[in-house]
Amino acid sequence: MELGTFAIQVLNSVQYGLLLFLIASGLTLIFGIMGIINLAHGSFYMIGAYLAWSLVGRLGSLWLAIPAGIVLSVAIGALLEWMLIARLYRRDHLYQVLLTYGLILILEELRSVAFGDDVHGVAVPAALAASLPLTDTLSYPVYRLWISGVCVVLALGMYWLIARTRLGMTIRAGASNREMVSSLGINIGLVYRLVFALGVALAAFAGMIAAPVSSVFPGMGNQVLIVCFVVVVIGGIGSVKGALVGALLIGFVDTFGKVAEVSVAGVRLLPDLAGMSIYVLMAVVLLWRPEGIFGRRLK
Amino acid sequence: MTGARTRLAAVLVLAAVLVVLPFFAEKYYVQLAARILIMAIFAMSLDLLVGYAGLVSLGHAAFFGLAAYTLALLSPQYEGANLWVSLPLAAGAAALAALAIGALALRTSGVYFIMVTLAFAQMLYFVFHDTKIAGGSDGVYIYVRPVADLFGWQPFSLENFTHFYYLTLVLAVAVFVSLTVVLRSPFGRVIAGIRVNEQRMRSLGYATFRYKLVCFAIAGGLAGIAGYLAAAQHGNVNPDMMGWHLSGNGLMMVILGGMGTLVGPVLGAFAMLVLEIVFQGATKHWQLLMGGFIVLVALFLPAGLIGLASARRRARGGGE
Repeated sequence: MELGTFAIQVLNSVQYGLLLFLIASGLTLIFGIMGIINLAHGSFYMIGAYLAWSLVGRLGSLWLAIPAGIVLSVAIGALLEWMLIARLYRRDHLYQVLLTYGLILILEELRSVAFGDDVHGVAVPAALAASLPLTDTLSYPVYRLWISGVCVVLALGMYWLIARTRLGMTIRAGASNREMVSSLGINIGLVYRLVFALGVALAAFAGMIAAPVSSVFPGMGNQVLIVCFVVVVIGGIGSVKGALVGALLIGFVDTFGKVAEVSVAGVRLLPDLAGMSIYVLMAVVLLWRPEGIFGRRLK
Repeated sequence: MTGARTRLAAVLVLAAVLVVLPFFAEKYYVQLAARILIMAIFAMSLDLLVGYAGLVSLGHAAFFGLAAYTLALLSPQYEGANLWVSLPLAAGAAALAALAIGALALRTSGVYFIMVTLAFAQMLYFVFHDTKIAGGSDGVYIYVRPVADLFGWQPFSLENFTHFYYLTLVLAVAVFVSLTVVLRSPFGRVIAGIRVNEQRMRSLGYATFRYKLVCFAIAGGLAGIAGYLAAAQHGNVNPDMMGWHLSGNGLMMVILGGMGTLVGPVLGAFAMLVLEIVFQGATKHWQLLMGGFIVLVALFLPAGLIGLASARRRARGGGE
């Protein structure tokens, strides 16, 4: 592989990994803090992408569509938490799986009613439509670099929110002992609603900024959900640091799995079986550390 | 009348209806009944994991689909495969895959187990979806159904829908009876013990991992029987047969009927398939109704239809 091509693949891996991190961190926070396994998380990514497409059409620009989309998705998240998720905190994971599975069907069908079943594209905003030349023949789109930059800023912001603010302290306290926090006079229900809405907004935001580079299509959420599960299993559930490391690992393995050529005994393994590569990585991590790289030891 | 006797009577009536069904029902309904029985086998096998061993698997369709693909690959292009050879091979392949996936997935528990089973099922999905082993995303057709050839003698023909129905019925009853026997055996008691408190079973000296693994492999093999029958009935095998919608619907059947019982999953399979037909008839956007129904069941009917019946009995002051 040439150096220029290699550099592009590295940039692509980082960009994909960071985008996955945005989605997976919401998933892992909602589980780590609220104890909820949310299968519908991928659907919020899809909703974000469709919102971006629809709002760009109405408002004319991605810069207006993103804030409007964030407001909408926070509202959707808070509403769903209030109506459905709040009834699940004391229930077995089985019912959380079932309810959020039903939610996937509902959201997917509502998407079909509201936006139709067509595949759409969203234009890259004019300010970021340029490409950076890497070598004489190869260049890299600025928009993808911008995605990576935004994800890094959000990751730092999340770290600051959880580790350095009073709200973050309350959230961490709520994760370890819900009853204690509420008996100290803090409205823990409201904190949970906020966390869930933020998780939804993160996933939807990821869908919005991803819309110009990947097309907008039905079922895009389920695909991303399962990859995020792999990220979370590798990184260790509940750990934001684990989600970051897992997402970057997956970014590299998936991107290079599609371009590398590996044959064993005349059978071409890569890129033919590239779709399997991330699951093989997961299997290796499970053999090595079943609780994930940054996970707490299972009982 | 005691609860046990009511239940026995209900099962006997159900069995009688199932046996005489082809004598008065039209072809469409006989085929629908066969479909329901196939999904009942699938749901019972999943209930062995969810309801009895306490292992919530979200990837059970993998074994269903794998057996379906095994039949497709074993079928010569213009002839039927031999039933007596291909059925055990398909179920065996599914059980073997379950053994391998289980060995990895059972290193985790709880919510990890849910995600890992889903991920591995999705991996198998991609194997068949992305490669040309069996037609990629379009899948493959099975032009001729398996032949029940015993050394040149054919006791029945699966091309005949009534015969096919009875084969399905016999297999569903066989699965029901063998699961009942397994669950009452010492093995079944250990499994139940693990569900309640795995730590305790381990300190009593049971190698709990091995018990769970065997349980997972049995469930995989039984799901394989269902997948084999589905492939033979539809004549088409595609990656969706191992997709996660089927895994999710399977869980729904188990919970809707009532998990931890064997009658529950059968009821659940019946209710889900009938509801699907009703919803599909009502609107193009029927998944909206189905999703809403699933949400309502998760919120308000955690013990399923069986739980509803026993709660009513308790309210009348009778029963167990």
